[in-house]
Amino acid sequence: MPYIPHDAEETAAMLAAVGVNSLDALFDEIPSSLQVHDMVLPEGLSEMALRRELEGRALANAPLVCFAGGGAYAHHIPAIVWEIAARGEFYSAYTPYQPEASQGTLQVLYEYQSFITRLTGLEVSNASLYDGASGLAEACLMALRIQGSEKSILVPENLLPSWRSVLDTVLGMQNIRLQAVPYDPNSGTLQIPGDASDAAALIVPQINAFGLLESVDKLTDWAHAQGLLTIAVVNPLALAMLKAPGDWGGKGADMAVGEGQPMGIPLTGGGPYFGFLACRKTHVRQLPGRLVAKTVDAQGRTGYCLTLQAREQHIRRGKATSNICTNQGLMVTAATIHMATLGSHGLQETASCCHTRSRQLRELLAALPGVSFPYAGAFFHEWVLRLPMSATAVRDALLGHGLLAGIPLREWEMGEPGDLLVCTTELLEEADLLTYRDALKSVLEAQ
Amino acid sequence: MSKIPESLRYSSTHEWVEDLGDGRYRVGITDHAQALLGDLVYAEVPEIEKNLQAGTVCGVLESVKAAADLYAPIDGKVLERNEALNDSPQLLNEDPYGQGWMMVVAAESSAYAGLMDAAAYANIAEA
Amino acid sequence: MNPAVTETVNDSIFAHDHHLPGQKLPTDIPEDLLRKTPLNLPNASELDVLRHYTRLSQKNFSIDTQFYPLGSCTMKYNPRIAHALASLPGFARLHPDTPAPAMQGLLQVLWELQEWLAAATGMAAVSLTPAAGAQGELAGVAMIRAYHLARGDTGRNKMLIPTAAHGTNPASAQMAGFEVIEIPNLPDGDLDMAALDAHLGPDVAGIMLTNPSTLGVFERRIAEIARHVHAAGGLLYYDGANLNAILGRVQPGQMGFDVMHLNLHKTFATPHGGGGPGAGAVAVQERLRPFLPLPTVLQEPHGALRWMSIEDLPQSIGQLSAHGGNIGVLLRAHAYLRRLGRSGVGRVSAYAALNANYLLKELQRLGYQAAFPERRASHEFILSVSDLHKATGVRALDVAKRLLDFGIHAPTIYFPQLVPECLLIEPTETESKATLDRFVAVMAQIRQEALEQPELLREAPHHLPVGRLDEALAARKLDVSAAPE
Repeated sequence: MPYIPHDAEETAAMLAAVGVNSLDALFDEIPSSLQVHDMVLPEGLSEMALRRELEGRALANAPLVCFAGGGAYAHHIPAIVWEIAARGEFYSAYTPYQPEASQGTLQVLYEYQSFITRLTGLEVSNASLYDGASGLAEACLMALRIQGSEKSILVPENLLPSWRSVLDTVLGMQNIRLQAVPYDPNSGTLQIPGDASDAAALIVPQINAFGLLESVDKLTDWAHAQGLLTIAVVNPLALAMLKAPGDWGGKGADMAVGEGQPMGIPLTGGGPYFGFLACRKTHVRQLPGRLVAKTVDAQGRTGYCLTLQAREQHIRRGKATSNICTNQGLMVTAATIHMATLGSHGLQETASCCHTRSRQLRELLAALPGVSFPYAGAFFHEWVLRLPMSATAVRDALLGHGLLAGIPLREWEMGEPGDLLVCTTELLEEADLLTYRDALKSVLEAQ
Repeated sequence: MSKIPESLRYSSTHEWVEDLGDGRYRVGITDHAQALLGDLVYAEVPEIEKNLQAGTVCGVLESVKAAADLYAPIDGKVLERNEALNDSPQLLNEDPYGQGWMMVVAAESSAYAGLMDAAAYANIAEA
Repeated sequence: MNPAVTETVNDSIFAHDHHLPGQKLPTDIPEDLLRKTPLNLPNASELDVLRHYTRLSQKNFSIDTQFYPLGSCTMKYNPRIAHALASLPGFARLHPDTPAPAMQGLLQVLWELQEWLAAATGMAAVSLTPAAGAQGELAGVAMIRAYHLARGDTGRNKMLIPTAAHGTNPASAQMAGFEVIEIPNLPDGDLDMAALDAHLGPDVAGIMLTNPSTLGVFERRIAEIARHVHAAGGLLYYDGANLNAILGRVQPGQMGFDVMHLNLHKTFATPHGGGGPGAGAVAVQERLRPFLPLPTVLQEPHGALRWMSIEDLPQSIGQLSAHGGNIGVLLRAHAYLRRLGRSGVGRVSAYAALNANYLLKELQRLGYQAAFPERRASHEFILSVSDLHKATGVRALDVAKRLLDFGIHAPTIYFPQLVPECLLIEPTETESKATLDRFVAVMAQIRQEALEQPELLREAPHHLPVGRLDEALAARKLDVSAAPE
């Protein structure tokens, strides 16, 4: 019996101790009309057979050199990251509600919070949320609680559309209005919004959905002048190079939220990732999710424990700051080890390499006839390529060359039919860039 | 046995009220309440100018593992808040009738007169 | 071990910084967009990092190292094969925006998992996208709301929830815009039908129930409850937290539930990971299918698989995360379910119930008091140590902390709140009789200690890296990140 260790003798002895004569008798309080004895499930497999079947499935996903980004990025993950994160002591532990038996997890979370505050330049980070998009929804709800009476959020139209969808779902349930902030069609970057009446906060994506950098100082100062909070949406790796949200404008952004996946989390088709959320200390009581603090025991030894739990659902129930119960503990463990392994230097070098590759590829492609770049502004590691034919057709054709060439913007209902969002990371070598150019050239010439 | 000073008046929701004269009343939580709640780590006291309605929720008290609503013991308007509680919520535990006071409100003397005296509150607190 | 030696090991990652100077990197990004404040992450050697986090891991209790009878959390063995398969490069390196024809292997796994979970729960359709139980709950109550609104039934703004429910239930209902009404339980653990009937009406959207309930007993009148709620126009939500108790034996669909979530990190053996990631798939009856959260996997008539979009499911409550949910967790649940198969699934609840009922009887024999002595335990049960508390001052917390000294994780304590000084104990089916017998022996010793030297329990744990922590100081001082030097 897979994973059930009882032999017949033990089973019999235990049934006798309980005072029943069969396993079925343990369910004698359940009306028999509700009990079923068979279900439409396949028979079980041995571990060996299962491995064979799943290895086949894994191979059915074509291995591709990845030039796609759009919120999920292919990065190198040092071997030590998952070697340690997957240790049973981290992998199979529960939420650290018994702090004496969870100092490992708790200290990791404290270090994670410290790393995120340094990346974002804000004072407090929670112990993570489900993913970047749901984290942004939580940040919006937090801003509404802080601001009190306002009932809407200013949402840029060049925010990743999947993130916008999550805001629609979560905020829509509470009848919170999302006011669109348009972008300049020529530059692809945000225009200063016209109207801020009844809004609690402005979302500023620094890197927007086109891969472009926004004038974050100007936007932050405008929001503060209107009495709005600024919610920065950031890529944690890019923060090794880009201005920290805490330094945006005269007063700094009030909250920073982002997708943590670039920090040591495998792509795995879309998850699990983790969302980070950092804020000013003055707003900590409105921060959703778990938070770890450093303290001492009776003998004065340093220890770590969950704190401000009275904000959370298991105590406040219907009055909690959020219904969230989990953080993405294991993902955060990996991310913490990843950040510690790379350090400031490694993260800066990685960020710089992503950026350099992006400039190189753009230069290579600029020489191809018929292609152009609709947006001229500064970028980090992602930009829009305008093709003289359908970007979806090009993307599909390049699959045959072993390349995932990017994301056609039309799949997001943005841009022109020829627009392809292309991303480069440190994983790509110069030879990969040349392969991309040559393959694209041949696809365009075959037209 | 918790302390219940004779000089104060009390609500059934475990707040005490002290008559400061001139229609001003100081409000806090009782020794019995702080003992029930345990080590307090945060007090959310209503803003100055806020109008209070007796028996309704006007703030929150948080201990390590519990959160309790703070009720207004009396109709009135908030005049002062004890800002010392922001940094030292433990004052609520250590000195609930002194340095752990929460707010001063403007109220009618008739509302004050309607509150329990120490003997009546003792019956509730010890029940 | 010599304590003087261990104290020389600095256990902060920030102590390993080699203080490399900051770098000026070549870029064409305008100066005003570039980082100003130094990053200040430690620059440590790889070996120092490896040692630091390996040492931290050793300060944790985990299923892989300790018995973990944590009630309502289903801390069963997390099969390593599931981890190995989910980590295969063919899955791990798959970008979420890969076109469907190039990710058929993954979609096949997810499609099968959808089908199997529907079969195991007696429901019509499944969406795997919720990232955790609480997000599943939110999706579930949002579907209930969408269902009523789609029928033009706009007055249903109340959600009924038992007083003893998990805290996420009222929090989720609140988040979905409902007013929460609490329904009490009777002394025998069943729901108070009279109170239920008194609240049912045209303003009630539905009821959220766990069965077996959080009290560790089966709600015997569930069919009657379902009839009454349905007759009043409401829907029934099943909180799948306790599904391990009935897996392979009773289907929530057959009990009359309309919508539910499954905690794959409980019932389907995916790891808890120190607090996530979980997965909270939702399953629904046919009438709620149009409202499922996106994306789900669709099989085309010719057999190819693809993600469903809003065009396929225009009434969907929408998307809950940027991509398809916690796919790595779903891969693990699929592997577990595939190992068990149809006959293995039925054994899960049978042996979970056997272990729980055996432990309960053995602990009662030692003098521990069951909260519901006349009831059969489900996969878990509640003890109350009120008697010990009265006699010795020892509390449930002290018993829990003392267990840690014996290398056993504490049970859930003080939940559900309506049983005073309670311990909620769930052994799970993957523990052997020998492990349970050792737990019983330790509980016997602890009871003895409570009577003879209660201070030993009140000051426990004695043998862990730290003793009881000053949690009040933690909250007041609020040191939640290491300040840069």
